[in-house]
Amino acid sequence: MKYKFSSSIILGSILAALLGGCSAGDPETANTSGDSLAEKSFVAPGEKDEFYLFYSGGHSGQVFVAGIPSMRHIVTIPVFSPYPGTGYGFDDESRAMLGEYTWGDVHHPGLSQTDSLYDGRWLFVNDNANNRVARIDLRDFKTKQILGPIPNSSGNHGSSFVTENTEYILVATRFSVPLPKGRVAPMESYADEFNGMVSGIKVDQETGEMSLGWQILTPPFNWDLGSTGKGPSSGWAFWTSYNTEMAHETLEVNASQRDRDYAAFVNWKSAEQAVADGKAEMIDGVPVLDPSAVPGVMYFVPVGKSPHGVDTDPSGRWIVASGKLQPTTTVYDFEKVLAAIEAEDFQDTFRGIPVLNYDAIAEGEVPVGLGPLHTQYDGEGNAYTSLYIESAVAKWKLPPWTEEQRADMESIVTDKMPVHFNIGHLVVGGSDTREPYGKWLVAMNKLSKGRHANVGPSQPESSQLIDISGEKMEMVFEAYTEPEPHFAQILKVDAIEPIEVYPKAENHHPHAVWSLDEGTTWREGDTVHAKIVAVRSRFGPEKIEAKVGDKLVIHVTNIEQTSDMIHGLGISEHNINVVIDPGETKTITLDLKKPGVFPFYCTNFCSALHQEMQGYLVVEPAGETAMSQ
Amino acid sequence: MKNPLKSSSETNLPWWRRELRFLDRALNPLSRGLMLVAAVLFALVVLFPLWRITLVAPQYQEGLRLTIYAYQLVGGNGGQDLVEINNLNHYIGMKPIEESDFVEITWLPFVLGIFVILSLRAAVLGRISQVIDILVLFTYLGLFSLGLFYHRLYTYGHDLDPKAPMTIEPFTPVIIGKNKIANFVQWSYPSVGGWLMLLIPVVLVLAVWFSRKGRRA
Ligand SMILES: [Cu+2]
Repeated sequence: MKYKFSSSIILGSILAALLGGCSAGDPETANTSGDSLAEKSFVAPGEKDEFYLFYSGGHSGQVFVAGIPSMRHIVTIPVFSPYPGTGYGFDDESRAMLGEYTWGDVHHPGLSQTDSLYDGRWLFVNDNANNRVARIDLRDFKTKQILGPIPNSSGNHGSSFVTENTEYILVATRFSVPLPKGRVAPMESYADEFNGMVSGIKVDQETGEMSLGWQILTPPFNWDLGSTGKGPSSGWAFWTSYNTEMAHETLEVNASQRDRDYAAFVNWKSAEQAVADGKAEMIDGVPVLDPSAVPGVMYFVPVGKSPHGVDTDPSGRWIVASGKLQPTTTVYDFEKVLAAIEAEDFQDTFRGIPVLNYDAIAEGEVPVGLGPLHTQYDGEGNAYTSLYIESAVAKWKLPPWTEEQRADMESIVTDKMPVHFNIGHLVVGGSDTREPYGKWLVAMNKLSKGRHANVGPSQPESSQLIDISGEKMEMVFEAYTEPEPHFAQILKVDAIEPIEVYPKAENHHPHAVWSLDEGTTWREGDTVHAKIVAVRSRFGPEKIEAKVGDKLVIHVTNIEQTSDMIHGLGISEHNINVVIDPGETKTITLDLKKPGVFPFYCTNFCSALHQEMQGYLVVEPAGETAMSQ
Repeated sequence: MKNPLKSSSETNLPWWRRELRFLDRALNPLSRGLMLVAAVLFALVVLFPLWRITLVAPQYQEGLRLTIYAYQLVGGNGGQDLVEINNLNHYIGMKPIEESDFVEITWLPFVLGIFVILSLRAAVLGRISQVIDILVLFTYLGLFSLGLFYHRLYTYGHDLDPKAPMTIEPFTPVIIGKNKIANFVQWSYPSVGGWLMLLIPVVLVLAVWFSRKGRRA
């Protein structure tokens, strides 16, 4: 099988899309029967959504939670950026977690799985910018761990892909750099001195604690999206790459020269075994495998030009990869992949890594449309591919195909829905599990121009809700989302039972206090400590005395055990605001640098006398303390 | 015509003495069975909740519940509702509701135990007068407890701290029924144990009724 497109067609199409100013998005075509559509996404006041939509906040560093079908934003989970709204990044614990960074670039949330089904334990997200992964606990919707920067890994874009039983979070590098990090090599030596990496982040099954498992060294390709296997592809993981040209400048052109790039098919179970067998070399504290020296760990697979996404179907047999600069998407049969590996049916090797014979493993190329990026599945044998350039979603049939269908591959594409505009990812609930929910598809579009009341040059993204329960897709709702949703995960609301208060019995903070008479302040050398109770509608104690030059350590406990009875503690002119949930204790450490009487107050409206919930931090000038005492 | 069953001395008694003679009558097997039932009911009263108070407000749609047992006071939601009620009550200057205020829960199970013993005694020895004793004592206990309960509620609602953030008219929470206090609607009703307590006198009366014409003990 050969690619059935010419570069002139692509170029023409791209030009049409660019020059046409996204004319595909005629608002009139999107909605034909407003009332019945409104009913589909209407969630009456007091009613609850059926699904959670966890969507990444991109360079805002956050994760946003919305409901489906209402598409209403419910809550923001801060991860890589401080968020005064929940006091994240102000108390000692979250500040330590953020480390030296005040932002991250969240791209791909991944729900934890057991037996290839969502188990509702954790949500993992990546930071493309600073090479980190974070774990959000779905028991309380809070960020519990940030791991990284990951050694030998630069540009953590190709994650967070969760293995079948959450053994690993798989990570691949978008950028290649000289390794180990900290080393400098001339740009001209890019192809030889720079490297990419694929990493397995190990997850403790009890605690969710992430640690570095192993890494696999790769040529300096730019690794892109990935997915994990199941069923026949159990134990495997897949990533696409661009820039197999190994260009280091003007990638726009120089990385778009080859008609094919490579996907990496990685046997992570073999990698795990090889590391256990001592075949890895330690680089920067991590066991790293050289795949050319450890056969069976990594294979290259030719894919269409400059691919972005690769997605395993719910059965685990069909692996779908799209080259964004070609109008088709390729379906690989993983059973044929295994047979080709067995028969050593390689068309080439690249730096000692076998390149599988494309014709032997490709089931077919589906003419989905222009700029195919990502594919999702409904569990009913249908696939949905986002078309960036075309601003549309294509619905098509997964194999097996009949002879008639093979003869006319156009017939495999059964529906197309315009979206507004330039769709990146799309998500169908549970698409990466054995049993997708189907029902809804959310298209996450990069541009929203002209779709909303004008808000000036900084425009939001748009997320569109599409009903996929019928034969034809139906556009139901449109929401404007904060920058910038890349990917999302959908989880049934009744799949989890988050807590609403932290039970007092679980609070093991050494300085938690539970009644107003226990609240106290004391001095140890140059450190003033305060154990403070926050309860409707007062702090206890409500006066803290210290002097300039002191370090102040405040432990504040919200002793409420009532749902939604949240208190805050903001300190005037000290850049401090923590928010304490019921039953929670937070610690703040600050250096007192200026004299004065500084009010502190409850920042999270709690009660009729919330406004009265206040106190004073008295900071004496350094020299006068002796006199006043 | 003389009733052959009545002795001649009986006929000589004043009418009211004659009316009370039935107290000496023996309980028939049915009535003895009912006394066993009464003994069981007294025991069950200890186990089941006597009264339930529920407070509902716009922001407490699920209700704050307070359940009174013969031996304990339990807040709903794992005890949290009682903490919450006290938390809210501090705004109107009401004293915290504490289990230790309810002195009767230290002696009520003991008293109910006595009633179990008395009922068993009546079932075995089988005299109507013993049943009547239980009925009278139990009625007294019931009225006394209700009175105490009312007094306690009255005190909670009237003994308000004058320095409290919110000033409200002193009030008495209802014992049975529904009442509005500020933004709350208060519901107060007997629970299983309370209904059993109402059932007990019925059982006792039936035990007397079925043996009213029996032989003398
Ligand atoms: Cu407050």
